[in-house]
Amino acid sequence: MKSLEELRALREKMKSQTDNRGVAGADETVIKVGMATCGIAAGARPVLDALLEEADKRHLHNVSISQTGCIGMCRLEPIVEIFKDGQKFTYVHMTAEKARKVMNDHVVNGNPCKEYLISEN
Amino acid sequence: MVHLKINNIPVEVKEGTTILEAAKIAGINIPTLCYLKEINEIGACRICVVEVKGARSLVAACVYPVNEGMEVFTNTEKVRKSRKTTLELLLSDHKKECLSCVRSTNCELQKLSNEYGCDENRFKGARTECEPDTSTSYLVRDNEKCILCRRCVAVCKKVQEVAVIAPARRGFNTHIACAFEADLNDAPCVACGQCVAVCPTGALHEREEIDNVRDAINNPEKVVIVAAAPAVRAAIGEEFGYPIGTNTEGKMFTAMRMLGFDKIFDVNFGADLTIMEESNELLDRVTNKGVLPMFTSCSPGWIRYVEYYYPELIPNLSSCKSPMQMTGATVKTYWAQKEGIDPKNIYFVGIMPCTAKKFEKTRADENASGYPDVDAVLTTRELAKMIKTSGIIFNQLPDSTFDNPLGEFTGAGVIFGATGGVMEAALRTAAEKLTGKPLDNVDFKAVRGTKGIKEAEYDLNGVKIKVAVASGLTNAKQLCEKIKKGECDYTFVEVMCCPGGCVNGGGQPIQSAYVRRNVDLRSKRAKALYDEDKKLKIRKSHENEAVMSLYKEFFGEPGSHKAHEILHTKYVDRKHK
Amino acid sequence: MFRSHILVCGGTGCTSGNSMKVYDALVDRVQKAGLENEVHVTKTGCFGLCAYGPIMIVYPEGAFYSQVKVEDVDEIFNEHIVKGRIVTRLLYKETVGEDGSIKALNDTNFYKKQHRVALRNCGVINPEKIEEYIAYDGYEALGKVLTEMTPQDVIDVILKSGLRGRGGAGFPTGRKWQFAKNSVGNKKYVCCNADEGDPGAFMDRSILEGDPHAVIEAMAIAAYAIGSDQGYIYVRAEYPIAVQRLTIAIKQAREYGLLGKNIFGTKFNFDLDIRLGAGAFVCGEETALMTSIEGHRGEPRPRPPFPAIKGLFGKPTILNNVETYANIPQIILKGADWFASMGTEKSRGTKVFALGGKIHNTGLVEIPMGTTMREIIYDIGGGCPNGKKFKAAQTGGPSGGCIPAHLIDTPIDYDNLIKIGSMMGSGGLIVMDEDNCMVDIAKFFLEFTVDESCGKCTACRIGTKRLYEMLCKVTDGTATMEDLDKMEELCYYIKENSLCGLGQTAPNPVLSTMHYFRDEYEAHVRDKRCPAGVCKKLLRYQIVADKCKGCTLCARNCPVGAITGTVKEPHVIDPNKCIKCGVCMEKCRFGAVIKA
Repeated sequence: MKSLEELRALREKMKSQTDNRGVAGADETVIKVGMATCGIAAGARPVLDALLEEADKRHLHNVSISQTGCIGMCRLEPIVEIFKDGQKFTYVHMTAEKARKVMNDHVVNGNPCKEYLISEN
Repeated sequence: MVHLKINNIPVEVKEGTTILEAAKIAGINIPTLCYLKEINEIGACRICVVEVKGARSLVAACVYPVNEGMEVFTNTEKVRKSRKTTLELLLSDHKKECLSCVRSTNCELQKLSNEYGCDENRFKGARTECEPDTSTSYLVRDNEKCILCRRCVAVCKKVQEVAVIAPARRGFNTHIACAFEADLNDAPCVACGQCVAVCPTGALHEREEIDNVRDAINNPEKVVIVAAAPAVRAAIGEEFGYPIGTNTEGKMFTAMRMLGFDKIFDVNFGADLTIMEESNELLDRVTNKGVLPMFTSCSPGWIRYVEYYYPELIPNLSSCKSPMQMTGATVKTYWAQKEGIDPKNIYFVGIMPCTAKKFEKTRADENASGYPDVDAVLTTRELAKMIKTSGIIFNQLPDSTFDNPLGEFTGAGVIFGATGGVMEAALRTAAEKLTGKPLDNVDFKAVRGTKGIKEAEYDLNGVKIKVAVASGLTNAKQLCEKIKKGECDYTFVEVMCCPGGCVNGGGQPIQSAYVRRNVDLRSKRAKALYDEDKKLKIRKSHENEAVMSLYKEFFGEPGSHKAHEILHTKYVDRKHK
Repeated sequence: MFRSHILVCGGTGCTSGNSMKVYDALVDRVQKAGLENEVHVTKTGCFGLCAYGPIMIVYPEGAFYSQVKVEDVDEIFNEHIVKGRIVTRLLYKETVGEDGSIKALNDTNFYKKQHRVALRNCGVINPEKIEEYIAYDGYEALGKVLTEMTPQDVIDVILKSGLRGRGGAGFPTGRKWQFAKNSVGNKKYVCCNADEGDPGAFMDRSILEGDPHAVIEAMAIAAYAIGSDQGYIYVRAEYPIAVQRLTIAIKQAREYGLLGKNIFGTKFNFDLDIRLGAGAFVCGEETALMTSIEGHRGEPRPRPPFPAIKGLFGKPTILNNVETYANIPQIILKGADWFASMGTEKSRGTKVFALGGKIHNTGLVEIPMGTTMREIIYDIGGGCPNGKKFKAAQTGGPSGGCIPAHLIDTPIDYDNLIKIGSMMGSGGLIVMDEDNCMVDIAKFFLEFTVDESCGKCTACRIGTKRLYEMLCKVTDGTATMEDLDKMEELCYYIKENSLCGLGQTAPNPVLSTMHYFRDEYEAHVRDKRCPAGVCKKLLRYQIVADKCKGCTLCARNCPVGAITGTVKEPHVIDPNKCIKCGVCMEKCRFGAVIKA
């Protein structure tokens, strides 16, 4: 390592590995994927993988992604909850593709994908 | 320059001066125990504490450097009380045998305790308990009298660089010991006794042989011969209150006679004899391309040093026995034959400024007559003690002289006691042998003086002789390293184990650290010897008539087969044994 | 990005509680489930709540599991990691609300009042991965210093921050550096004192175990400031984990070129070596430490000359403690004002304390200077266990003094502690309750110094020994009132006359207990009684006849047959036979055995 720039580049790279280590702050977007038996059976894993991948790709450091248990609406699984700007959005019947779209439209650009929200279904 | 006030007395001293030194300039004495100028400056004993205005606690004057505007108080109630407590604490862990201790009346702890009016029993508690180390033939360590000033450790490490002793364990269990708590006899100690010379208490002293000598004197079958080394006469007077550097040779001879010795010979004679053999060996090595440089072999501490630390240089050592051993060997062969006495019945006592001599007499191959060349060695201190306990008032004694034939000596023999003396004596003889002409001036001043290492070069009838003289093993080590690496081309090297030579030997009268700090012991004692040399009519060893008749009647030539058998010896590699 | 981070404490406390087996098991489960890309298991440094170890924390939920056993791993993994259901049963109780809701760790009493600066990365990063340290701004301060600041700028920042040495004496760090910078020399050294030796103190160990790079980075910064190119970390060999992590950290820093030649492409060179101490307490004293690094017997030497002028190998040297260094990178990055905003006027920043003794939450805490003893002991530490009454706390280890209960509201900083007869020391804080005898406590600490004295100077070597013997007389009941005066006199003598800090502070535990608990000393001497019932020689076990039912249990259990009596009749203890082991008192079901 011969310059401060190199150090900073390494730090950026490392951030993605240590992001999520700590309790989410108030300004962070928290994404929770239902990963109880019902969720997993309905295909929650590819959804979670897609979310993590997108976050990595887009260097989203203020996003916390985690799994959560069953929220009692097993028929709507896979379910993804997003806590953003003080509001709670619940997306249902998610797939990997839908998840990528939600990451792009809602998490990054602030436009909730109404078509996937629970209220629409 | 730095300005300060000590007890309100303004003083101006150089930067870096300690409070202790500055106080002396102001006419104020600060007591010390662990302090040995330039050798042991560790501030450990806390006797020298003083108050410094603004300082958090008391400071040790021996190591504390002065600074501008400093105000020091050396005699406050707090200071006096502290020093007294320190002494009382030391006494609480001291084997209080003061009435019979070898150092009684010459003990720095005793003197201070007395001055401060200490209560020796104020603190009671556990005491260090250990058996004295009596493993060697030359000295005894009794740690129950040790105050852990570490002067012995410092002198061993810094002056002699052999460092065979060091503090072991810690806290209250601290004591001075050899590595792994081995006996001193199992350590590569050179036996110089410099530790004894600097010990403030009776924790270190020579292995006494007075009783053996008295037994021999009381034994009607024994002919007891005594001979003192050159340096003894320059210092024994100190034991009887004479100023340092007084030669009391005449009184010493009288006292020896009164003690009951049958013959008073002199190691000065042996010194002249040594020169005959050694200069012959040197010329032989020079002409026959022997191992050079040649080292002198008079100092048994130096011999042990080479044997332990530089065995590869053993071939450089002269094979000559030391003057003491030569004297003893000659007494028990030549003189015994001449007088018709069985050497078995001769008891030879060497009086030496040295503790290593007590070891030397036990060496193998030092028994020319079939009996030990030397039976007993007393230090200068032991002889003085014998004189004192025999009720002899030394100071009132008339002067007398040695007995013939083995007492006669020249100025060359006398100066053996000072560093450079052996070299000068050898040069006087070698020069005349090489040139065949008498010297105009017998003084070789370049090799005199107390400097650690001296070098000189002489052209003796076309033969270039480059010489070096070292005293103290730190200096000897430097020379040895240079010689090992081939960085010098000396012909002849004189080494004395003790700094300044035998006058400052480990068997000489003990002077306190205070005296050592303020008086140049080595020069003063050496001067007594050089003065005697100057006064003597004959100043070259080869002109010693007794020596000449000895060769005529007995040995033949220097270096003859007989001389080799009786006057020469061998050395052992102790490093790889 | 990982959806889940599992941080397992790898500090000495948790490690000895088998946390590494928990770690291994978790790694194994994650692997078997094929979740390596989602779940990251890390071992970290100390979390501080050692009393509840082994500790692990799962993010992003922040679930703080305490006293985790290997047997618990499956449940935590299957429930929490796989299904996202926190195992409330295993959570640290303080983090579970009455309604079962989970509180953030920082809202628990133990952490609420803490402010972690020196410990900021402990329990957060993997100390064996330099990349994680870098992710948390590591080496940014060094880069900033080397590329944007002059050595004097660095010293000015440290001076302005008001940082004082965390090793004990509290000397201003910036001034120390300035002396060394001004000192002329072709070679200078930067040393780190990691020879933490106070009984019960383990701040430095935890920092080295949890965040070794912070110390390395700080030493490089110090080296730049004073003009040095070589550093030494003197760490005790009894800290194997710290030594191992340091070794790894130094190796990694060298690999990244953060130690070595031309760091960050500048002309600055710096390298570091570890020197292991053999565990002598005195080697924490700066001159003794340097003598030891030089390869000699670890003994102090007189000062002046001070290390900044003539230190290691006779060259200008600075020596700072681990915790001091751990603050440096933060001060450089966040500025002197940020640091100075914490703490009190003369003691800025935070201080790490190791809580020990009679306290609920033993462990490591970092609090802003000026926090009161009450807050530390009650709010953070949870008070004395078993509802016992708090009696005193010892700060500064064997060099410090005790702080009695009535001074519990003293805000803690360097100067206040000195004022009340103790000292900051390195941060050991040992709590005593009503069952502790203060003479016995003084004896405990003094015995430690007697044992650890190097033996060089008379005052410490013999003085402390005699003082200890006098204390023994007190606890044996053979001392007189005059002895107490003599003891006090000897204490002041030792303080005034000792060569180094060890001796100069050794009598503090005696002086402070004599000052605050004189009555206890007098009870031992005058009444031959130990009020706390600790000093065995003064102890007498008695059976209260009224309470004794004559069940014979005590007599049957007495190892020396000192108790006699017939069944259903009150029993009697023969004081001549009794060895005061206390078994009878323990066994008695009726409280009939008492200490008299």
